[in-house]
Amino acid sequence: MTAPLMICEHCDTVYQRRELVCGEVARCVRCDAVLERYHRFSVSSMLALVLTALVVFVQANVWPIVTLGLNGQLVSTRLWGTIVMMWNDHSQVVAVLAAATLFFFPLGKMLLLGWVLWFARKGQRAPGFRWAMLALHHIKPWTMSEVFVLGALVAIVKAHVYFDVIPNAGIFAYAVMMLLITVFAGIDLRKLWDMTAERAA
Amino acid sequence: MSSRLPRASELGLIGCHVCGLVCRDNDLDEAACPRCGSPLHRRKHASYIRTWALLIAAFLLYIPANLLPIMRTVSVGDVDDNTILSGVIELWVKGSPDLAVIVFTASIVVPMLKFFAMTTLLVSAHRRSGWAQRQRAKLYRLVELIGYWSMLDVFVVALLTALVQFGLLSLVEPLPGVVFFGLTVVLTMLASMSFDPRLIWDSRDTHD
Repeated sequence: MTAPLMICEHCDTVYQRRELVCGEVARCVRCDAVLERYHRFSVSSMLALVLTALVVFVQANVWPIVTLGLNGQLVSTRLWGTIVMMWNDHSQVVAVLAAATLFFFPLGKMLLLGWVLWFARKGQRAPGFRWAMLALHHIKPWTMSEVFVLGALVAIVKAHVYFDVIPNAGIFAYAVMMLLITVFAGIDLRKLWDMTAERAA
Repeated sequence: MSSRLPRASELGLIGCHVCGLVCRDNDLDEAACPRCGSPLHRRKHASYIRTWALLIAAFLLYIPANLLPIMRTVSVGDVDDNTILSGVIELWVKGSPDLAVIVFTASIVVPMLKFFAMTTLLVSAHRRSGWAQRQRAKLYRLVELIGYWSMLDVFVVALLTALVQFGLLSLVEPLPGVVFFGLTVVLTMLASMSFDPRLIWDSRDTHD
C-alpha cells in the first residue's frame, strides 16, 4: 500500500520498518517499548505448539489437580469442580471469572489461533480470519492459566499444614501448559496480517 | 533528540491498534481500519474519564476486599475467618515465608502499585507534564504486565473451597471479600486498558 511504516503503539512515533535478523529486537527510541521481535518460529512450528498446548489443556482439565486426605477420607478436584463449587457457595462472580479466564478464554485462544495458523501455513486467510483476529486481540489479556498454577501451589502449601496432599497428574499438565503459554505469548499476531496479505480471501 | 522523531499525529497518520496497519488520518469521526475493520482513533476515546471512573470504582471495591474476610475455615466446631492480610500472615507463620511474600506481592503490593501508578500517570498526563516520560511509559508497561497476577488469591480460595470438603471435620467456604477482590482486579485491568500511553508523550513541548 504505502512505504513499510510502523507506528509505536505506546507513544505514536513513526518508524520505517526493516527486516530483523535472528535475535534482533526493534525498540522505540522515544519510549523504549518493543516494536517488533525477530520470529524464531515458523507458522508450522507455531501451529505445532498450539496443538500441543491443546492436548495438554485437555489433560489438565480431565485429570484431577490435587487430592487431599484426612483420616482416610480423600477429596480431589478438577478445574470445573472448583468452578461449580464457587457457584454453589454464593460466589457466582468468582465462578464466572474463573470459568472465563481459566477455561473459555484459553480454550478459545488456542482454537482460534489453531484455525488461523492452519490456513496461514499455506499463506491463506482462514474463513472468518478478520473476526478471529479481533477476538484473539480482545481475549489476549484475559487468559490466566499461569496465575492458576501459582495459585495451586499456594493452595497446596496452605493445605499441607492440616491435610495429606497428593499432587495429581492435572497439576503437572498445568505446569507444562504454563510453559507453552509463555512460549506462544511472545507470538506477534499482527505478523499474520502481513503474511497472509497477498492472497487475501 | 527524541523530540525530532516524527509522530503519527504530526504526519497525519493513525496506527490501527488491533492489526498495526498504518492508515492515513482522514479527519473522519468514525474512521475504520481498511484491513481489520476496527475503529481508528488518534487517542483512545475518553481515556481520562474512563480510566478515572474505573480506577475510583476499583479503589472503592478494594476497601471491602481488604476489610471483609475472604475465606472461612471450619474444623471440628472451630471457625476461623481470614482476610487477605491475615491469610498472608498465616502462610508466613505456618507454611512457607517464600510463598507468603509472593501472595503479599500479588494481593497487596500489585493492587496498591496499580492505584498509585495509574493516579500518577493520569495526573501527569493530564497536566501535559514533560517530567520523566520514559520512566512513566515504562511504569505503564509494568502495570499492564503484572496486573492480572493479583487474581492469585481468588484462585487459592476457589481451590481450597473445592478441596477442603470433609463434612464436619473440616470445611472451607468463600466469603464476600473474595468477590470484592476479584472485581477489584478486573476493574483495575480495565482501567489500565482504557488509559492511552500515548497521552504521556503529548506534552506541551512536543506539541508547540
